[in-house]
Amino acid sequence: MAVQLEQGPAPLAAEPVLEVIDLVTEIRTMRGPVRPVNRVSLRVAPGQAVGLVGESGSGKSMTAFSIMRLFPTPAARVVEGRVLLQGRDLTPLPEAELRRVRGSRMGMVFQDPSAYLNPVLTVGAQIAEQLRAHRWPGPVEERVAHLLRQVGLRPEVARRYPHELSGGMRQRVSIASAIACDPPLVLADEPTTALDVTVQAQILQLLARLQRERQMGLLLITHDFGIVAELCDYVYIMYAAEIVEEGPVEEVFDRPRHPYTQGLLAGMLSVTRRDRVRVTIPGSVPDLAQPPAGCRFHPRCARAMPQCRTAAPPRVTVGASRTACWLYDPGHGHDQPDPGQGGSHAETSIDGNPAG
Amino acid sequence: MATRSLAVQGRQPHALQLFWHRYARNRLGVFGLVVVVGLLLVAVLAPWLAPHDPFATSRDRFLPPLSPGHWLGTDHLGRDVLSGVIWGSRVSLLVGFAAAATAMAIGIAVGAVSGYYGGAVDAVLMRITELFQVVPRFVLALLVVAFFGSGLGKLILVIGLLSWPQIARLVRGQYLSHKALPYVDGARVLGMGSGRIMFGEILPNVMAPIIVTASLDIAQAILLEASLGFFGLGDPNVPSWGGMLNNAQAYLRLAWWLSVFPGAAIALAVLGFNLVGDAINEATNPRLREG
Repeated sequence: MAVQLEQGPAPLAAEPVLEVIDLVTEIRTMRGPVRPVNRVSLRVAPGQAVGLVGESGSGKSMTAFSIMRLFPTPAARVVEGRVLLQGRDLTPLPEAELRRVRGSRMGMVFQDPSAYLNPVLTVGAQIAEQLRAHRWPGPVEERVAHLLRQVGLRPEVARRYPHELSGGMRQRVSIASAIACDPPLVLADEPTTALDVTVQAQILQLLARLQRERQMGLLLITHDFGIVAELCDYVYIMYAAEIVEEGPVEEVFDRPRHPYTQGLLAGMLSVTRRDRVRVTIPGSVPDLAQPPAGCRFHPRCARAMPQCRTAAPPRVTVGASRTACWLYDPGHGHDQPDPGQGGSHAETSIDGNPAG
Repeated sequence: MATRSLAVQGRQPHALQLFWHRYARNRLGVFGLVVVVGLLLVAVLAPWLAPHDPFATSRDRFLPPLSPGHWLGTDHLGRDVLSGVIWGSRVSLLVGFAAAATAMAIGIAVGAVSGYYGGAVDAVLMRITELFQVVPRFVLALLVVAFFGSGLGKLILVIGLLSWPQIARLVRGQYLSHKALPYVDGARVLGMGSGRIMFGEILPNVMAPIIVTASLDIAQAILLEASLGFFGLGDPNVPSWGGMLNNAQAYLRLAWWLSVFPGAAIALAVLGFNLVGDAINEATNPRLREG
């Protein structure tokens, strides 16, 4: 470590660009409060690409909205926890101050770029408006041209309307907008899900290149483990509003600890295999209005034990990763299982009949 | 990738070209546009087009149309009717445009704030709007002009103040639906403030129906101004179509041309703006567009 420090910047030693501590978001509903984000903690170091993986409904997009403190519904609000951007606590900031942070210190790339661009303004006008809103010092038009070139578009594209561009070009435009004010952090919420497969790879390459060149922190939200493996250094796995496992990507990939992570990976591998044996995790994401007691995964977990049904699992450090699972509890009587080897993780998941 | 930059495939026609292409399919709309442009030209070129000073009296009283030198005849004071109609277009169009602009400014501001913020703000603003809507426009205009006198500026202000509620309601409805669209969320994520979102992002998206209403409003304002003039409440210092009709009342049987030509001018102007409004609506509203 010390040797590395002398050679250049050591990303691990630096202050995190984003630190989320025990974040809780609540939505008021007719059936009572629902917490789509429950005690979520995560860190993104400068120049680090971090993945946040989970099924739909696991609360990963809600986590991004909570970090921005900008919700699609007024019924949602952050009730606990803190969000630190480069060490600065955003939690107590009033809306007017937050507005100055959004789009200038934190960029965001959305799933569907066509919907998020204004249909009647030219691409250039939109980015220029954003730069002006954040009082960009220097000529705005030149900046727009520079940004478009950065994302692999010709500067002439500035005069185009969103409907005149292809999906991939639109996503490039929204990436240009996300990096417009040189933010230290970019949040990307399923940035390639709405795109053709061939374009997906290009957009991912672009994100990776920009992230590297600019030493930005990138929080990539996706349900696709493949994308995380390609792009990210570190990964968080989210299930039913909670982080169930985190660790360096290779570690989590090679030695998944949490039965849920094991199931996710098995599901992904089964798709890539020829035999097309469908490996799925039985059941579905629980209703967050009435989350299961104890470990939220226990109704779907093949290795559930009695205490899983009653008590929330402890967070345990196993190797380079951390997981919230009773299996790894030091006080737990059994020997430490190592389910990451070979096909053993499939045993958690191959279970045929999905529970209704 | 071999090339770093992606070209825009295929040149799309400019939005205005596309709009004109759709607009031109509506023949009545084109006719309306010709009328409106013609009126504008007449108003601008009035000093050169009018054969006489519209206020200049002469001994040739009640000359019928097609009299030499007075193609549309003369009135009870020997004033040239054609010159009056030509100069009158100035007042009508000025009042029409200025009053509609006033109404647009108020209506957009009220409607945008009301629709965007919603809640209590919306409730209060909409009650005020309704208050303005239930007052009979013409009666109030009559009262105001009767009490405060009838300068051109006052006329514009009164008509403008009486026509904004429908624009406000329209704009409010548009904002209510647009504020939930993702592009507005997108703008918020980029850190844009409410003002920028309301007028920089949403307004350009809802401009088409506003323009349609505005062109109908111009026609309404012209009609209202003429009506006030007809009741002798127009600005007496400028020639106006309403004022000419007012004078013509006494001689309806004696000299039909005194009322027919200014009346036809009013009808033509109102028709022209209405046709243009309809055609814009048809060209911009995808639900009315065939093919």
